[in-house]
Amino acid sequence: MINVLRKGWRPASVLLLLFIAWELAVNLAEVPAWLLPPPTDIVQEAISGWEGFRFHLQSTVMLSLLGFAIGTGIGLLTAVTLHLLPFIRESVYPILILSQNVPIIVLAPLLVVWFGFGLLPKLIVITLVCFFPITVAALDGFRQTPDEFKHYMLMAGASKGQLFWKLELPYSLPSLFSGLKISATYSVMGAVISEWLGAKAGIGVYMTLASSSFRTDRVFVAIFAIMLLSLLFFGGILLAERLLIKWKSRESAVK
Amino acid sequence: MIQLSVEHLTKSFDTNQVLNNLSFHVNVGEFVSILGPSGSGKSTIFNLIGGMLLPDEGSIILGGEKIDGKRGSISYMPQTPSLLPWRTILQNVLLGQELKGETDSQTARKMLQKAGLGDYENAYPHELSGGMKQRAAFIRALLSPQPIILLDEPFSALDELTRLEMQKWLLDIWSEHKPTILFVTHSIEEAIYLSDRILILSSKPAKVTQEYNVPFNRPRMEELFLDENFLACKRNIHHALKNQ
Repeated sequence: MINVLRKGWRPASVLLLLFIAWELAVNLAEVPAWLLPPPTDIVQEAISGWEGFRFHLQSTVMLSLLGFAIGTGIGLLTAVTLHLLPFIRESVYPILILSQNVPIIVLAPLLVVWFGFGLLPKLIVITLVCFFPITVAALDGFRQTPDEFKHYMLMAGASKGQLFWKLELPYSLPSLFSGLKISATYSVMGAVISEWLGAKAGIGVYMTLASSSFRTDRVFVAIFAIMLLSLLFFGGILLAERLLIKWKSRESAVK
Repeated sequence: MIQLSVEHLTKSFDTNQVLNNLSFHVNVGEFVSILGPSGSGKSTIFNLIGGMLLPDEGSIILGGEKIDGKRGSISYMPQTPSLLPWRTILQNVLLGQELKGETDSQTARKMLQKAGLGDYENAYPHELSGGMKQRAAFIRALLSPQPIILLDEPFSALDELTRLEMQKWLLDIWSEHKPTILFVTHSIEEAIYLSDRILILSSKPAKVTQEYNVPFNRPRMEELFLDENFLACKRNIHHALKNQ
């Protein structure tokens, strides 16, 4: 905790300075609030509009978490399949990269046409942006397992399953967590984009409504909410990493 | 009684013949060293016995059973300790047993205690010194259920002092448990000090050119290194290695 404070005060003060400059600039230049509201207005709106906003926030959190969980599951499953079946890896891996080149903004409306306004197209969007970093990170982790470990395990008679569960999977965990961190932040983004397409609630809906009625302060409330949410997800993954990979943190403590 | 018998092994990689009609055996409870110039195919021999490779000709027989290409028939200690960094020392030394079935942490704890690693039972490998890691790796091999241990130049990466200490420790623990050991090394002194019998290997294609029975009684003390007979022994083997 002390560590967080010690490392965190510098970026925090930079942010604070930025906000002060923003506030002053907007006031001095008399920029109208619908163009760019001062930070104090945004904070005020966040507090006074909390009751109405909470409902949207909740919906986005649920959607992101669900999408992230599914994306992680599919990402891991893909990685394991591709790793254990080299033949499939060679034929499918390039296509996986292509799947990331399809612009989500274009794909999303199509998904609505195909699957309607329900939960399914939204989950597909989030899964599409989430699974790829996890698959790539896990595959890299599996593949980078040092040969000396593999050689020992094989000489000692490890089966293919034992090799995977006792060596490759634990070895890939640090790498896997790098992928999870990226996906966790992407999942919030994915959720908001998918809500733009049409939903009853969510930050994406709130944002569209706000910007079409020139409530710029509300747009900023939404932006900050998304940033905070991403940060929180990231922190959650960081915490899980600390708990699961104890040996790593002790290793760096020694060095 | 013969524990391991290697019969007429031949192995080539493409046009490169590494082993040619290699034969030797190891008796139960015997400590045998394979001594050869580097690049003489020592690791190929180990990979064959360990079942990682199949011989082109010949066979490997362990306790009366053919083990060509059967991984996990022998217990193995590699050149690097290869302790898994996310496992504590206790979990690491149990790995060999775990791969084969039941684990016995009671005995493992006792052995760690005796090896001076009792306080490190729950430590991770990176917290240990090089010598300690090698000790843990040897205990892992010793605890594995297979009837013979293959050691692949286990002390070559250690500094001189640590190596001496480790050789002494290995002798102690060997005389206590009397496991059958096949030891690969390129140090003549190490081979004489540790083994009952030394197999001298020619370089490619590898063949046993000479067998040498080490005449010294056990237990062997460090002073042996300075003994005249020891030096004579060393000279003989040195010549044998050179004149092939």
